[in-house]
Amino acid sequence: MRVFTTNHRALGILYLLLALAAVIAGTLLSLVMRVHRVWPDLALPFFGTIKPEDYLALVTMHGTLMIFFVLTTAPQIGFANLVLPEQIGARSMAFPRLNAAAFWLTALALLVLLAAFFVPQGAPISGWTSYPPLSAVAAAGPGEGAGMDLWLMSIGIFCLASWLGAVNMLVTILSERRAGMTWSRLPMTVWAWLVTSILTLLVFSELLAAIILLFSDRHFGSSFFVPQGDLVNGHIVGHGDGSPLLWLHLFWFFGHPEVYIAVLPGMGLATSLFANFARRRVPGYRLMAAMLLVIGLLGLVVWGHHMFVSGMNPYAGTAFALTTMAIAIPSTVEVLGWLTILWGGRLRLTTPMLFALGFLSFFIAGGLTGPILAQPVLDAYLHNTFFVVAHFHLVMAMAGVFSVFAGVYYWFPLMTRRMMNETLGKLHFWITLIAAYGTFFPMHFSGLAGEPRHYERLAGPITSFSAIAANERGITFSALLLASAQLIFLWNVFASARRGRVAEANPWEATTLEWAPEMARARVERGPYEYEILANETNFHPQWELASKQE
Amino acid sequence: MPATFTRHPVEIERKDTGIGGKPPLDRRPTGGGGDGDNWENRPSGRRGPRELLTRYRLGVLFALAGDLMFFVALVSAFFVRQSAGHFDARENYVSDWHPLAMPPILWINTAILILSSLTMEMARRQLFHEIDVMDEWLGLGRPAVKRATPWLVATFVLGSVFLAGQWIAWEQLVQQGFRYNSPDPSSHFFYLITGTHGIHLLLGVIALAAAFGALFVLRRIELRQIVVDCTAWYWHTMGLFWIFLFALLVCFQ
Repeated sequence: MRVFTTNHRALGILYLLLALAAVIAGTLLSLVMRVHRVWPDLALPFFGTIKPEDYLALVTMHGTLMIFFVLTTAPQIGFANLVLPEQIGARSMAFPRLNAAAFWLTALALLVLLAAFFVPQGAPISGWTSYPPLSAVAAAGPGEGAGMDLWLMSIGIFCLASWLGAVNMLVTILSERRAGMTWSRLPMTVWAWLVTSILTLLVFSELLAAIILLFSDRHFGSSFFVPQGDLVNGHIVGHGDGSPLLWLHLFWFFGHPEVYIAVLPGMGLATSLFANFARRRVPGYRLMAAMLLVIGLLGLVVWGHHMFVSGMNPYAGTAFALTTMAIAIPSTVEVLGWLTILWGGRLRLTTPMLFALGFLSFFIAGGLTGPILAQPVLDAYLHNTFFVVAHFHLVMAMAGVFSVFAGVYYWFPLMTRRMMNETLGKLHFWITLIAAYGTFFPMHFSGLAGEPRHYERLAGPITSFSAIAANERGITFSALLLASAQLIFLWNVFASARRGRVAEANPWEATTLEWAPEMARARVERGPYEYEILANETNFHPQWELASKQE
Repeated sequence: MPATFTRHPVEIERKDTGIGGKPPLDRRPTGGGGDGDNWENRPSGRRGPRELLTRYRLGVLFALAGDLMFFVALVSAFFVRQSAGHFDARENYVSDWHPLAMPPILWINTAILILSSLTMEMARRQLFHEIDVMDEWLGLGRPAVKRATPWLVATFVLGSVFLAGQWIAWEQLVQQGFRYNSPDPSSHFFYLITGTHGIHLLLGVIALAAAFGALFVLRRIELRQIVVDCTAWYWHTMGLFWIFLFALLVCFQ
């Protein structure tokens, strides 16, 4: 394989490896945080004793790595490079060289971000959201100098890369489809990638503008975000009526659609996998596809629900609460659609199917707390508590990661021509499922008890939080179990890639075109999910099969 | 029985030679040819002589849609920052926003940019002039290139003059005491908006130079059309963005 390959499948594997590197780094950081929360004075190997600012740096880098370099790359552009051209019956992406450039820019962004650990004063501490004035003033804390500059550069490069990748994907989906591959014959994954590409195009270029403004505030003496008379370390640094709220608006206009960029591909993949492993057609295909689009578009007008307690106009808060709760409707349509597929299907509980079911379970469990947090009144109490941490780790992180696992187990034969080990896969699934709930579900209780997030330790009247100490310990043990269960996955991936069972063609008896034999170049005459359950057996018609002449 | 391994009769494709087989004109075959005449139904790479052009145009369109959001973000920041303020000791709401008078040279620059869009369009149209395109396609000289180059050069010159004019406007403002880091937010936004637009236009000028060179290097008329066409759409969009941004700077201070 050439280093600067333009082959989309090789690039897809490279994206997945990049996400793997980022997820390993991000997981290690989170383990350090969890251990520190329970045993704050323990000296850890390589880290030593964690200082309060180190903890904030861990939070920042964990969030940035996971959200940008794992949940944005793997489910969207990683998997899309792996199978999107085949799924629509194209030979390659529309702009292969642009595509390769996007990958190498992403890799550069990851390197620049990781470099922040090694500059004087270390990584930034202002969270993955980088709220000013903390992020706008180098003197505001350790890591807010060179570390923060590297963070901004990294995300700026990432914005450019995502923008290029989205242009490539949109043009590919619009103009490279095989003859007969109409809109209603697209696999649901392609619909999801279409929506996420539109979102990526719109919000990452907007984030780039915000990052330029923040960079300018830091280095060129402007005052977009730093308020009048802002006092940092005994010096007044604000020299204009800059508005920190402006950054919140700009950031969350990006940040909320970003959540959908992370989770919509999983929804598309879950639809495909449910149809495949339940041997059922997708009921209401057009509705399901339309709802993906509706979720994406509504996602553009809900950013204010991250800012209820920020001092925003309360009337605006009400409007954002309404749009946010409206998202529950298309999400419910999707969930009911999936349940309808599963109901009465002939379920084949293979590892990818199990992970897709896990995705569904997390999507529901985490989604149910969404409308709670969407209420400004409830959010006034729950904001910045562990309840929020529980919510987004279930609905975005775990659902997103489970969809990535489902995709890796499912498409592994396309990458290596071998199958992953099913026994290890199922073991991996069950431990991960139980440990993930064990890690993130109890966080609801910590949050309801009022435990704030981003606090290095709960000093002061410690008795008020002694009641949740056992809960916190349980979370940490569960997190350690969750992380160690991933060693099974890593072993499975690398062992199966070398010595796994050789996959037959179309091992999952799927219908979509990425499983088509090499010579199939016919026009598409069938829908994406033509499975049927007959009296005693199941039958299916892949998309590369010609429709029988009915007349 | 699973139908996976069953061989199916593959539809026989018409053996046409693809993109080189037909001249790159926007003429779709009409009637008489049966189903094979619908280019959309052919495999990718054989969808008529304009397939590549359409693909690149779409790419430029989407890239510019993202770019539009970049400027939308700047403009919304402009309005939010304009309305920001604080209460002074006497409970008066004061704002640090002072409207910035535009240097008059910007009007001349705007006129030049509009003119450059016209010359760009003339250059673009030469590449789609049917008789010349047929000549080039048949290998009878390069009349389209010959006609387009003066217009391309004119656009290049006008674009460079625009950039020089923007530079002069910045110089004038600096002499009046408005620097980027002066405390006035309207001055930040002026430099930021004209600066980011200027960078985009600089990229456009580079693209013009590259397109000019490419006209003599590229061996296929289709590709020559693509470089000029895509540069032209980028150029027109930057002109349009400038008109909106200039209107913002003039009318909404």
